[in-house]
Formats: sequence, structure tokens, C-alpha cells
Amino acid sequence: MSQTKSNAPWLLSAPAIALFVALLLAPMLMTAVLSFNVFDYNTGIKNAYTLDHYIAVFTDDYYYEVFWRTFWIAAVTTGICLLVGVPEAYILSRMKTPWRSIFLLIVLAPLLVSVVVRAFGWSLLLGPRGIFNQISLTLDLGNIKILYTEWAVIIALVHVMLPFMIIPIWTSLQKLDPGVENAALSLAASPFATLRRVVFPQVLPGILSGSLIVFGLSASAFAIPGLLGGRRLKMVATVVYDEYLHELNWPLGATLALILLAANLLVMLSYNKILERKYQKSMGVA
Amino acid sequence: MSFLTLTDVSKFYGPNCVVDKVNLSVEKGEFVTLLGPSGCGKTTTLQMIAGFADVTEGSITLDGKDITHTKPNTRGLGIVFQSYALFPHMTVEENVSFGLEMRKVAKPTRARQVADALALVHLEDYSKRYPRELSGGQRQRVALARALIIEPPVLLLDEPLSNLDAKLREEMQFELRQIQRTVGTTTILVTHDQSEAMSISDRVVVMQSGKITQIDQPYALYENPQSRFITAFVGKANLLQGELVRQGAELSISVNGVSFLCGETPLQAGSQAFLSLRPEKIQLTQLNQGLINGRIVARFFLGSQWLYRVETMAGTLQVVSINSDTAPLQENQETGLTWSSTSLRILP
Repeated sequence: MSQTKSNAPWLLSAPAIALFVALLLAPMLMTAVLSFNVFDYNTGIKNAYTLDHYIAVFTDDYYYEVFWRTFWIAAVTTGICLLVGVPEAYILSRMKTPWRSIFLLIVLAPLLVSVVVRAFGWSLLLGPRGIFNQISLTLDLGNIKILYTEWAVIIALVHVMLPFMIIPIWTSLQKLDPGVENAALSLAASPFATLRRVVFPQVLPGILSGSLIVFGLSASAFAIPGLLGGRRLKMVATVVYDEYLHELNWPLGATLALILLAANLLVMLSYNKILERKYQKSMGVA
Repeated sequence: MSFLTLTDVSKFYGPNCVVDKVNLSVEKGEFVTLLGPSGCGKTTTLQMIAGFADVTEGSITLDGKDITHTKPNTRGLGIVFQSYALFPHMTVEENVSFGLEMRKVAKPTRARQVADALALVHLEDYSKRYPRELSGGQRQRVALARALIIEPPVLLLDEPLSNLDAKLREEMQFELRQIQRTVGTTTILVTHDQSEAMSISDRVVVMQSGKITQIDQPYALYENPQSRFITAFVGKANLLQGELVRQGAELSISVNGVSFLCGETPLQAGSQAFLSLRPEKIQLTQLNQGLINGRIVARFFLGSQWLYRVETMAGTLQVVSINSDTAPLQENQETGLTWSSTSLRILP
């Protein structure tokens, strides 16, 4: 009896574990192995192992530049999403019934359109014949070049990522006792102090998970930097793509992918640590 | 001039009138309860006093100053919410001290006052706990301490005890009343629980569909309810319809052909009226010795009392009798019923 009891959880979760192992762990392990394989431009991947790819990445300024660009673009995207998403989620949560669901739908609507289509849409708007440049030209402000710059990537990323920021914040706002704000007001707190001292600390978990999602997805974004960054403006994901499909240097591509994963994890975990320490005790996330 | 005055205060949500021309004067130090069934406008009235709901018409004055359109964060009233609305990310101490902090009270003074406030509600040992680590009754007391620490001119309590179990609620009623007496704060409580309203307040304000229907001291309210609704809402009552009949100098009410003597009323003889009689004012007596005979159809044991349902010629009456040393009556037993004509009320 006790035997079946202890096996049951394993058996029940076996399908999920199998899926996880087959589709995530195995390819990742294979990628990790691949990154240590020797590569030769004439003969391809060899069955020998080396650290050359890692040494190559860590000693080449080009890769530093790509990684640095990737992370600052992801950070700025996250920052803008925070600045826009937090007030937007708050306003959404304070809306009355019919409007709230309508606007929530509008917030989610971008997710219904393919990223590629959206990227092309932005390239139309931001290009030399796009509406922004046309306005600038008619106002005699000269040409503004947005397409194929970091800012084109950031604008499009913010557009794509905003729902991922708003949804977790909105969820934590839903859990807020509506009386709490009135309680703060009755204790002579100004509306701003109420937001800062009472509302904000309680939605911090939502803000934290929202920014982690946005940062992670932005740092590994591929379609948007590929289409709006152009050929010269590389982010890590597009460099990985190039190594695999243009250079056919799979081991170097695998190395870059793994370093991106590690760097991403490092940034996210330390961010999590810093913020978590602040709210962990009070919110009962023991 | 009363301390807190509501003059013709009305509240409309669109075309719906939720509070209809409410007039209320509360004296300094008084404990007043707004009592009514849900949806009667009592909570809206409290929210208008607090400033969370706009007043559509009328005015509210506090200590001679018009506060009708003052922002809630400048009214300085203490409020205890039904959900307690404690700040979950702050300790008990931080919760209680929040109001002082917002008033820029210096830290040492603040610490002393917080300690005093927590002592008042017997929570000295819990100052470092978070609200989620407290029981319902303790949270309730934190909310009370947080509201009282700012020394508000008026303390507003919105169904503060409704989330507590029956036993704890009774204890908290006592404690609430005692704290209110110690501090002397003018208090307005909103509740739908008539026993709570009667046990702790100086005056009870009964509200029904947006209007005040009676304001009285608890005893007077119970003894002389002014409508059938209040009779049934406040305590238990037997209500029977009948006709007023004058026989010489005496007025009586005839129910299903049975006449009962009653006191004078503004109602005319010959008109239809209701007789109201509290179950505990009826005494069981020997058969044919009382005002009417009846047969017991059901009995309920309530511990300190027996509740009998007695079928009579005039209709079914509820009778409450103390569980004293005498043996209780059996179901189907015939009995006589009697009462003093002064305990009978005639209502339109």
C-alpha cells in the first residue's frame, strides 16, 4: 500500500517529465556538448573536444559589444515597460466593469498578431518613407533615422512585451483589498503616499515577475532585432542564428547560446535576489 | 449644536436613491449605531461621513465645520473596515504607527504612542507580527488601535465584528464598548446585527431603504418599535392582524374573533391594525386561567430558555420561557397563555 502511494506522484507526473526531458533537457545537453566540439571550416564538426570557442568569445571585442548591446536593449525595454505598464495596470484595475474588460482586451490584442507581422508593421512606420520621417520632413526637422537603430528594436520590443508586464501587475492588483487604500487615506496619507507606501509594496511581486519575463524575452528576442536591427546591428540571438546558418559553425553558435543563457540567468537571479529580500518577509514568500 | 450633524443628506447612484434625506445629530462622546438590513444605505451613509462617497445633496458638519466636500485624508476620522484593511506588508507596529507617521510625529513620541495603543487593545506582545500571522480577533484589535491612535474626533466602524465567530463577537462587543468608554471617542457603528446594536450603543438609528425610520435608545427601541418592520427586525415578535374595537372606555383589538385589551393608540376604533407581542412577555399558565388557550405544536430548547410554538384561536404565537426548575411543557399539551395588556403594542 505504502509502495503504491510513494510511486503515485512519480507515475502521475511521468508524462510531463518525459516531455520536459525529451524536448528541453536533451536538446540543451546536446547543445552543451556541441559547444565543446572541435570545428574545422573544411571538414566540419569533429569528434574531439576543446575550449577554443569559449576562449574565442571571451577574447573577442566583437562579442562583448553584441552582449553589451543585447543587455542594455533588454534593460531599457524592461525600464520602459515598467514606466508604462505599472500606471497602465493600475488605471486598468480602477476602471469600471464594461470598460475594464474592453481595455484589457486592447492590452492583450498585440499578442494575437504574429511577431513577424508586427515587426514589418514597425519597419513600415519607422522607415525613411514611414509616417514619422514624413512628419519630421514636413516640419523641416530633417531626416530622422530610426529603422535599423537600437531604438527601432526597443520600440518594437516594448510593443510586444507590454502585455507580459501588465498581466502580472494586474493580477497582484486584483488581490489588493480595496479597503486598504481608503484605510491609508483615512490615516491622513496623501494619494501619492498611499500609492507609494501601501499599493506599490503589495504589487512588487507582480512588478518583479513582469520585469523578469520582459527582460528574459527581450534579451533572447530574435525576430525583432533580426527585422528591425538590420544586418549590422546584431543582438546575441541573431549572431547565434548567423553562426548556425551562415557560417555553419554550430559549435560557436552553441557556445554563444549557452553564454547568453548563463548571462541571462545571472542577471535575472541577482535582480530577483535584490527585490525578493525586500518583500519576502512581509508577503509570506518564505 | 451637536458634534456631528447630517442635514438632509442624500446619495444617488444615477437615478437610484440609496440614501434619502438623512438627518442625524451625534453628541460628543456618544456611541451611535446605524442598524438595518443589507442594502438599507447604512454603509453608504458611513462612507459619506468618511468621505469615500460623495454627498449628492445635503451637508455634514463636524464640530461646527462643514466637511461635506472635504477630502477623506484631511477629515482625520478613524475608520475600522469590515475587512480590517490592514497593510499586509507592514508589522502590527508599523500598521498602527502609519497614521502618526503621515502626521509627521517624531519617532520617539510615535513609539510611545504605539506602545500605549497596543496596550489598550492587549496586543503588546504582537507588535512585530505581520497581519497574516494573527487571528481574526487580533486583526480586529490592530485595526481598532490603528484608527484610535490618531485620536480621531469620530470613530467609524463598518460592520467590524461580522467576520468573527459568535463567541468572539460577544467578547469584542464588550471590549469595544469598554475601550470606547475609556477613550471617550464619539463612535458610529454600522451593523445589521440587532443584538450587537442594542448591546453596545447609546442610541440606535434604524434605517430602511435609505431612510431613517426610528432613532431611540436600545431599550426604548425594543419596547416601543414604531413600525412592524422594526418590531420584527429588532428582537422576536408575534405579529397578528386584527380590528380595533371600542367597548365603553376600553379599547381592544379583535383577532379572528378573540379580543385582547390594549392601551390607547392614535389609530381609530374600527380600523385594521397589527398587534405586536414579544415572546418573553407571554406567560404560560393553567388551562382556562389565561387570556387565551392554546396547544403546543413545537418546542425548541435554547439552553437558558425554551421557545414554544403555540397554536391558538387568534393564530400561532411564539412564547419564550426561562428554563427554570419547573418541568417544561410537552408537545401537543394544552396550556393557558397570559400577558399584561401594557406589553401589547398596536401598530398600523
